[in-house]
Amino acid sequence: MSTATTIVPSAGPVAGSRSFLSRLREGDEIARMITFLFAASVVFITALLVYELWVSSVLPRHKFGLSFFITRVWDPVFDNFGALPFIYGTVVTSAVALCLAVPLGIGASIFLAELAPARLSDTLEFFIDLLAAVPSVIYGVLGIFIVVPLMRQFVEPALKNSLGFLPFFKGPAYGIGFLTAGVVLAIMVVPYIISVSREVLLSVPRDQREAALALGSTRWESTWKVVVPFARTGILGSIFLALARALGETMAVSMVIGNAPTISASLFSPGDSIASVIANQFTEATGDLYTQALIELGLVLFLLTFILNGLARILIVTTSQRGSGQGNA
Amino acid sequence: MKRIVGIVLAVLGFAGIVWADSTLSLTGAGATFPYPMYSKWFSEYHKKDPNIQINYQSIGSGGGIRQVTEGTVDFGASDGPMTDEQLKAYQDKHGFPVLHFPTVLGGVVPTYNIPGVSAELKFTPEALAGIYLGKITKWNDPAITGPNSGVNLPGEEIVVIHRSDGSGTTYIWADYLSKVSLEWKSKVGTSTSVNWPVGLGGKGNEGVSGLVKQTPDSIGYVELIYAIQNKMPYGSVKNSSGAFIKADLASVTAAAAGAAKNMPADFRVSITEAPGKTAYPISSFTWLLIPSKFSDAGKRDAVKGFVKWMLADGQNYTEALSYAKLPKEVVTKEIRALNEVR
Amino acid sequence: MNPRLRWRKFVSNFMLTMTGCCALIAVSVLFFILGNLVYHGGTSINWNFFTKLPVPVGETGGGMANAIVGSAKLLLVATLFGVPIGFLGAVYLAEFSGNKVAFVVRYAADLLNGAPSIVIGIFAFTLVVRPFKHFSTLAGGVALGIMMIPITLRSTEQFLLSVPRNLREGAMALGASKWKTIVTVIVPAAYRGILTAILLAFARVAGETAPLIFTALGNSYWSHGWNEPTASLPVVIWNYALSAYDDWHRQAWAAGLVLLALILVINIVARAILSRGVSVPRA
Repeated sequence: MSTATTIVPSAGPVAGSRSFLSRLREGDEIARMITFLFAASVVFITALLVYELWVSSVLPRHKFGLSFFITRVWDPVFDNFGALPFIYGTVVTSAVALCLAVPLGIGASIFLAELAPARLSDTLEFFIDLLAAVPSVIYGVLGIFIVVPLMRQFVEPALKNSLGFLPFFKGPAYGIGFLTAGVVLAIMVVPYIISVSREVLLSVPRDQREAALALGSTRWESTWKVVVPFARTGILGSIFLALARALGETMAVSMVIGNAPTISASLFSPGDSIASVIANQFTEATGDLYTQALIELGLVLFLLTFILNGLARILIVTTSQRGSGQGNA
Repeated sequence: MKRIVGIVLAVLGFAGIVWADSTLSLTGAGATFPYPMYSKWFSEYHKKDPNIQINYQSIGSGGGIRQVTEGTVDFGASDGPMTDEQLKAYQDKHGFPVLHFPTVLGGVVPTYNIPGVSAELKFTPEALAGIYLGKITKWNDPAITGPNSGVNLPGEEIVVIHRSDGSGTTYIWADYLSKVSLEWKSKVGTSTSVNWPVGLGGKGNEGVSGLVKQTPDSIGYVELIYAIQNKMPYGSVKNSSGAFIKADLASVTAAAAGAAKNMPADFRVSITEAPGKTAYPISSFTWLLIPSKFSDAGKRDAVKGFVKWMLADGQNYTEALSYAKLPKEVVTKEIRALNEVR
Repeated sequence: MNPRLRWRKFVSNFMLTMTGCCALIAVSVLFFILGNLVYHGGTSINWNFFTKLPVPVGETGGGMANAIVGSAKLLLVATLFGVPIGFLGAVYLAEFSGNKVAFVVRYAADLLNGAPSIVIGIFAFTLVVRPFKHFSTLAGGVALGIMMIPITLRSTEQFLLSVPRNLREGAMALGASKWKTIVTVIVPAAYRGILTAILLAFARVAGETAPLIFTALGNSYWSHGWNEPTASLPVVIWNYALSAYDDWHRQAWAAGLVLLALILVINIVARAILSRGVSVPRA
């Protein structure tokens, strides 16, 4: 009966009346401190990681300063490094990946949670989880030998013929490039969305659905207008996971993106992403400035993740004032 | 719950048991190019002397140089010689120098895919440099058609393909282009990864060859071994004596023999554009990076023993894997240099 | 039936069919990948594959026994390191923390999640390999464990929060202290989701190559204990797939197949073992 209202998670121990000692005796305070330690260690590890990156990129930071962000050149021979093309590539491929993976993932999770009988749903879930376990090298190799020819011979010409007036679909179609990398990434991140969203949808209390149906909505309406909004924070959480995965993916992207540090509006164009450049060049990088410039790219990716996460959170906060569901993401 | 904890502890304990054994274990890491060769060699050496286990992993030449300098591996390997700064860094850190020992030779070949053209193309240095600089853009450019008079080359745009990942192969290719083209040297230069004026990138030899096979009117460069093992068509290149040489094991070894006379004592030399009528111009050594002092006498003797074996019997295994063997002149020099490892 | 209702019904059927298509696409991609692995690598799977050490190119009879065991050891260390941090951290966020702390921790976890795996590998190298001057299984496990933390943390937190309020209130009404409520009521109620989170994190790191290159390195022989470099399936796949030799390519596909099969088995076994004793009816 209480389900129509917003559920607010408990925030802290029961206020006031129990003394510290009694809480300690009952184990609550110990539990609180122990779990706090573990939660804090997450922040500690992240902070340590950022610190290490900062310290290990001192040479290029002093040499280039802020111009690192806007230089378009990446020249290991003449020691001139700039991150702009890679920032662009990372953002574009992740955007394409999410545009493809989010509808696909949410659609599939709705099917698995709402429509499929329990056994089918569980079985399919095992298999979809496996998609997350496929090594990215295999995604890369399959990408080169199957996705790229497909894109070059069928998909990209079709897009060019139908939507070629848009700046996104201009230029020669080699098969490798932003679009292909986005497609491969979409396949790689879709299991995270499906897996988590399905669980969250399954945990929506039955009475929500039934109330909607009782009021005369169709199956789809009850799902889309009641159940999904109820689970919105969980679903959005899964999209965060997918985004993070897309931003940091190295191997598979590096094999299909074309590796030319170009900035172009066309999705057919080859490009490069931060993670892919680091993965491609780090093992063979010789020379301190070069190696450290690659590490500075890692730092730039952190900054990018920071900003994108922040923007996404703002978006969530502003749109979740209305509607039901838990209040934090 | 207790059951699970018990099982986990048992597995941990079991897996954590350290077998007491008398084998001497060495770890080396570095270049990817010679990885198949080294794994064959270390395996054969282990059969010869089962007490010695040498574990070599390919993490890249840069990685090899870094790890041997850090001291996390017993020896390193690199497709490109260490620079003076890197040598100095090693010396400063350890107090003694690190030595280079060439092991095998490899070559880089131009491969292409032009619909309708099945003949073997002849490339001049100017043609290759021009293509990769983006100056020569069509297949029927005079620089390309010149030496290929019997071939009907189309007027299509050339799709240039290069390596996306840093690699010794790129180093050799760029080193060659720097030697034959002043413009390349001043604009692009030599490194495991360069700022390519034009082209698409493929990852690894696999990526480049995959792209070349799928993209009409394309050209790319791959390791000779890769071309041989995968039966890929590739063109011949004009060497410093004016002959068009199609790369094979003999012509690569000839390049090293040609360069052997003027080789520096520390073996850090580039043998692209080597003198010699039969020399293939885009060839290179690959080196083992061995510290000149070992604190563990057992390890030192194992390493020295291996290098001696490698220079003698080891060279007989190279051909089967499509690596070119070292010329006699270089082998003799190395045996002498081995005495410096103490 | 009025036209508006007919339209709504049509939309409903249409959209639900579309969701079915989405699921179909996702699953067919997987089967396509599996099919490719079987097609390319199936011939390389034999008894030797599971029991012998790798041999150089051109020799037959080799296998990947050390890589299989190595992967298992690495994943064990990773799970022991990453899961408790992720899980207990999530418990703190869901049950004890205030909004500000929760915000910072979540943000940090999302940042960590977005770090490229090679950066995590370099990080683990500076932490565990460089000070001790050798590569080790432990270092590799730590690198993978760090990658498991964010997925475990964020997902577990979601599932803990989604436990219905009446369950919590019921326990409290019976006089249970907070931690007792967590242990006996909330976690069991959310266990399915938590298990999903852990298995997802596990699957993610099982296929990772880059973090292992600078930590566990690789080994052509057996790795003893936890302090030596060790072979692992993803690294072997990477080395073999990008090589020049057909035989190694086939073995790489086979290794990919074995890796996926192992993950599937672990998935099934984990769910089977931990499903006994708890049943909160599906909502």
